[in-house]
Amino acid sequence: MTVKALWATLWICFASAAGAQGFAGLGTDIDGFALPDPDTELTFPADHDAHPGFRIEWWYLTANLRGADGQDYGVQWTLFRSALSPGTDLPGDGDGWQTPQIWMGHAAVTSAGEHRFAQRLARGGIGQAGVTPDPFEAHIDDWVMRSTATQGDPLDALKLRARGQDFAYDLDLRAEGPLVLQGDRGYSVKSPTGEASHYYSQPFYQVSGTLTLPGGDVAVTGQAWLDREWSSQPLAQDQEGWDWLSLHFDDGAKLMGFGLRSSSGAHFTSATWISAAGEVTAYGDGALTLDPLETASVAGREVPVRWRVTLPDQGLRIDTAPLNPQAWMGTLFPYWEGPVRFDGSHSGQGYLEMTGYE
Amino acid sequence: MNRAAFQALWSHWRRHPVQLATLVLGLALATALWSGVQAINAEARNSYDRAAALMGQDSLDRLEAPGGVTPAQYVALRRAGWDVSPVVEGRLATGLGIVGVDPLTAPPQPALSALAGDTDALSGFLGTGFLLVAPETAAQVAQDGLPPFRISPDVPAGTALGDIGLALRLLGTDRLSHLLIAAEQPMGLPPLSDVTDLRRVTPEDTSSLAQLTDSFHLNLTAFGLLSFAVGLFIVQSAIGLAFEQRRGAFRTLRALGISLNRLMGLLALELGAIALIAGLAGIALGYGIAAALLPGVAGTLRGLYGAQVSGTLGFDPLWAASALGIALLGAAVAGAQALWRVAQMPLLAPAQPRAWAMASGRAIRVQAMAALGLLAVAAVLAIWGGSLLAGFACLGALLIGSALALPVVLLWLLRGGARLARGAMGEWLVADARQQVPALSLALMALLLALAANVGVGTMVGSFRGTFVGWLDQRLASELYVTARTEAEAAAVRDWLAPRSDAVLPIWSVAITLRGAPAQVYGVADHPTYRDNWPLLSADPAAWDRLATGDGVLVNEQMARRDGLDLGDTLTLAEGWAPPVVGIYSDYGNPQAQLIAGTGPLAARYPDQPRLRYAVRADPSRVPALIDDLRQRFDLPRDALRDQAEVKALSLRIFDQTFLVTGALNVLTLGVAGFAMLTSLLTLSSLRLPQVAPVWALGVTPGTIALAELARTALLALLTWALAVPVGLALAWVLLAVVNVQAFGWRLPMMVFPGGWLWLGLWALLAALLASAWPVWRLMSMPGGQLLRVFANDR
Repeated sequence: MTVKALWATLWICFASAAGAQGFAGLGTDIDGFALPDPDTELTFPADHDAHPGFRIEWWYLTANLRGADGQDYGVQWTLFRSALSPGTDLPGDGDGWQTPQIWMGHAAVTSAGEHRFAQRLARGGIGQAGVTPDPFEAHIDDWVMRSTATQGDPLDALKLRARGQDFAYDLDLRAEGPLVLQGDRGYSVKSPTGEASHYYSQPFYQVSGTLTLPGGDVAVTGQAWLDREWSSQPLAQDQEGWDWLSLHFDDGAKLMGFGLRSSSGAHFTSATWISAAGEVTAYGDGALTLDPLETASVAGREVPVRWRVTLPDQGLRIDTAPLNPQAWMGTLFPYWEGPVRFDGSHSGQGYLEMTGYE
Repeated sequence: MNRAAFQALWSHWRRHPVQLATLVLGLALATALWSGVQAINAEARNSYDRAAALMGQDSLDRLEAPGGVTPAQYVALRRAGWDVSPVVEGRLATGLGIVGVDPLTAPPQPALSALAGDTDALSGFLGTGFLLVAPETAAQVAQDGLPPFRISPDVPAGTALGDIGLALRLLGTDRLSHLLIAAEQPMGLPPLSDVTDLRRVTPEDTSSLAQLTDSFHLNLTAFGLLSFAVGLFIVQSAIGLAFEQRRGAFRTLRALGISLNRLMGLLALELGAIALIAGLAGIALGYGIAAALLPGVAGTLRGLYGAQVSGTLGFDPLWAASALGIALLGAAVAGAQALWRVAQMPLLAPAQPRAWAMASGRAIRVQAMAALGLLAVAAVLAIWGGSLLAGFACLGALLIGSALALPVVLLWLLRGGARLARGAMGEWLVADARQQVPALSLALMALLLALAANVGVGTMVGSFRGTFVGWLDQRLASELYVTARTEAEAAAVRDWLAPRSDAVLPIWSVAITLRGAPAQVYGVADHPTYRDNWPLLSADPAAWDRLATGDGVLVNEQMARRDGLDLGDTLTLAEGWAPPVVGIYSDYGNPQAQLIAGTGPLAARYPDQPRLRYAVRADPSRVPALIDDLRQRFDLPRDALRDQAEVKALSLRIFDQTFLVTGALNVLTLGVAGFAMLTSLLTLSSLRLPQVAPVWALGVTPGTIALAELARTALLALLTWALAVPVGLALAWVLLAVVNVQAFGWRLPMMVFPGGWLWLGLWALLAALLASAWPVWRLMSMPGGQLLRVFANDR
């Protein structure tokens, strides 16, 4: 028994091969947590902060970068919050060590030849991990996502840092567009039976900074996408996992799309088309199609690493290809997360996340 | 042919079942005592390793500070990127050890396996909490006021493992004991010294508990080895007898064409088969002995070292295999001489019934030189040896030297006795005793060792107990001891007691790390209770005054000896506080460094330590009423109030429990020695017919001869006892003045208990008489014709 196995029990149910429980415990009962409400107006900067009344929440940033060495890189920085019980016990208040708020950080640097990742775990309540709204900072240990904005929204400019045993990065991000509300004004439906989350994004970051790798420092520039999402039960009981994409088109437009895989066979899809100016068109179930083209053997399982993505309403028909098919996050709950390029009716780059593959 | 030859050889055992039983029993006893002791040691070491391995404390570096680590220091390290994990350790007033860990950052550990596959369990562990305990802990420890227990067999006995938040609350502290540093760290971290003031400590190879208890286990091992050696005496005499009696059969078999090699092979096979059976019996017996003694050993270790050892014994196949191995090895060692003689035996030489045991005068001289040499080595080691190993080597040299000297001294005494003997019968008695000494010497050596060990260990334990009782009387000066559950309750109890007693003195302590080892600093109030009662081995005249002002500290003898401290040396107890040593006190039974400081100065440096224990001075006649009132008013649990008499009784009970094992092993060793006597005498009785028959033929009645035989055995046993007493006293002196100082850091005054020696003499006499009773009875009931045949066969 290791901490890892122990953690698996907490975050999970995901690992159950039966798959009936949904990914990462997201399909389990609510136990007194708050539920997403379609009438809630998201307000900023307040909603950048944590929502301890909800069971689970994340600050999720992915970046497609080009190094001074001519190589492509992908960077991930994620902070998850999971509450053992409903409560408001965030850093600063309450009971210190005995907080119900548990935090988990994932960071990764992906190149064509190497996928490096790290994980951190911490409890809230003692200052080791958490989010402060003003000035905005999300952190776990020495990993930080800190606002460097002097005016406007705190997320308009960020400093991003993380490190693992074989990598570190230090990036500066500057948003060149507005925050984008996903779904219906930030209320994102995840299943035909109405499970949902609160969800908004900042897809317009320009990035510059440094990757520190065993071979030395690499200066990088590129694009990044931040997702903010919180809920208490975003998956239906029969949903096994999801395939999720965030795409930067060469013409400046963006696409967020996902498909939730159901054990009954039917997939539930959702998409948001974001114009270069930040205008949003939301698409409900069925508008977007995701078809696997090719699988790769990753960490002992078959994972679809190339996809055909269509959104006829926007004339979109593209095929994606991973920078590194082995971008496996071998963390407590394992998943595939890595940078992709795509061609077809449109071209560009983005990130693919696939969960629930056993 | 092999089969027929083997049957011929084996028929001897069918005709002499007692001899076979002696052989098997001797070997089984030797194996049992040795392997039993090994099993106990292995079980105890296992417990230490489990305790040390809990939370990777045996392998990972740690960060620590005097007075503990603050949560802010922990978070600062995490926020600098260092992968460290907090641990808090402590003990509740009930004696239950508490270890708090953070499962989110902790290194992998088997102890948390109880949470596997159980989401609710982990939420509970992190949240309101439960404690993981070993099954035997759950059975022993009262649940009063504690969170629920859950069973995890991987948690050491006597310890409860909980989430760090829960553990801090239970222990009433906000300080972490230390931080474990993960072996693998993220790349590019700032140096540790830039991030924290905490001190990095690398764990020693073995756990401190294992080191502390090493001497105890060495003791047990020595006892086991002694028993094994004594058991081998039995085996050797039984094998020797059997081979001697079968010389005729060997000759016949050889004459029938069985080659020497084949005969040797068959004999070795026979011996191996017997050893295998005896070994199996020994394993069963050894397991039984270990299982019976283990609770006592666990009590000893708890009492002496605070070490928690599981009281139940596991069965380890490896242990069983090694026990079988030692049985075979023992049989080989004991049988080698006999086999050698068979190999050397000329094919047609006549039997020489007394060939195997007679020692020549030259051999005796060599033995005397060896004995003198060993005793000289023992003396040198006792005076100049400076380590525990030297102490034990000294013990070994003393015991073996004395054993070797025994036949020499006995022969010399008997030679002197011969001049005093009056009358033909008396002279024959003494002369015959001299004649028998070489043959009996192995058995007598075994008896000497057993008796000397008895006297030595008895003297040591008696001295220890006597000193301990006197020390308890001095140390436990207060009439009543109260332990509160919280600071608030402690304050209320103190206020309530103030007008109802003569004095309420706080007893509290701070765990610090001093010179690289854990130490406990006790705060004592400036009160005559301590000035008048606390015995100081050496002290500054104004020691107690300097203590009160913070300009001095007292250290226990253990620490003073270990660190070579003397009056005036300074010790850094906290940042900016380095008082000089103003006194050294005796602190029996405590393996750790301990210090005493004034309560005021100590509290100023460690303001956060909870103060929950108080010593109350009051008229002894009022104490029972005080206890009742306190219990009712504050609803204190049973353990929270202890009066002086109860503490004394408890301490003595722990003490006596401590030496239960020693006593049991003493009795067993003496029993084995008695058995060795029996087998030797049995062997002799059939070989001694040529000595006895002429005396019978001269008209001495069998009854008189029997009495003479008994008298001679008694004489030899008593002489051995008389020699064992000084050897035992020397042994006790080495134990108290050399081994004890090296192992525990304190020296005990030696007290002698002559009454005990007399009892031991009686026991030795009884054992010898019992051992000789049967051979003598066989001699007496022997038909006259058989005695007459001696003359017919005489060469």
